[in-house]
Amino acid sequence: MSIGLSHYLAVAAILFTIGVFGIFVNRKNIIVILMSVELILLAVNINLVAFSAYLGNVTGQIFAMFVLTVAAAEAAVGLAILVTFFRNRGDIAVDDASMMKG
Amino acid sequence: MALQAIAFYLMAAVTLASALAVVSSKNPVHSVLFLIAAFFSAAGLFVLLGAEFLAMLLVVVYVGAVAVLFLFVVMMLDVDFAELRQGFARYMPLGGLIAGGLAIEMIIVSTTVATKGAARLNENPMASGTAGPGIPNAEAIGRVLYTQYVYFFQAAGMVLLVAMIGAIVLTLRHKPGVKRQIIMDQVLRTPANGMRMVSPKPGEGIDA
Repeated sequence: MSIGLSHYLAVAAILFTIGVFGIFVNRKNIIVILMSVELILLAVNINLVAFSAYLGNVTGQIFAMFVLTVAAAEAAVGLAILVTFFRNRGDIAVDDASMMKG
Repeated sequence: MALQAIAFYLMAAVTLASALAVVSSKNPVHSVLFLIAAFFSAAGLFVLLGAEFLAMLLVVVYVGAVAVLFLFVVMMLDVDFAELRQGFARYMPLGGLIAGGLAIEMIIVSTTVATKGAARLNENPMASGTAGPGIPNAEAIGRVLYTQYVYFFQAAGMVLLVAMIGAIVLTLRHKPGVKRQIIMDQVLRTPANGMRMVSPKPGEGIDA
């Protein structure tokens, strides 16, 4: 009944795979793909914090903070690119985005 | 201890169910709302682990900023989302297969790590804390973050600054036909180029 490290790691593993699954099934919808990436980063954060707590070392939480920072920056830039893309093309279908194909 | 287990299972279930709803719901607005739910319950898991500061950070940064940003973009873009969902069923078996395999592998690895490498693990992370008894979580983080990791902290600030400037540069646009204030022109305006001497004949006026 006692909750150990492996419980948290299992939750993080399932969350990570849900994120990967979301990228697979929502191939056309880039907004949901970005949300799936956020889920993946959240899974990484849960791993870092769980190890930090169970090893008694606060460094894991520091790195979780950095992951949080990068995730926020990534979301902001990704959505800005998405808005610009929508303005230029009128839709957000990512598999039609082949303007840079050589 | 039993209460802690109940809280863990409840919040883990809510996190995973909301995450599944994020990737499978038809309406992207619902996806964003489920994303908020997932982050809230993940923050609950962090509190359970004794990382209160990160839990609050998660709520403030994700629910307060990132999710609202997603919500803005989803509602601002006029997109036919039903069209974007086609292919969902086609990629479902492959995605499920890969995700299932990945999940099994990672759970096996992580349980092995957690049980076989358990020599230095704390039994009760809540009670022991991460920096010794009597030191709150935020203080423990601050003691390490502002000393040992201060350059990383500065680098994180730079990342945020660059992301902010990048997002502004990407989305800023000047609509043609809209009159805007151009400070440069105003400053450079002198009596010589701002004034014109005319001598109109009586009864004719000036044509501009």
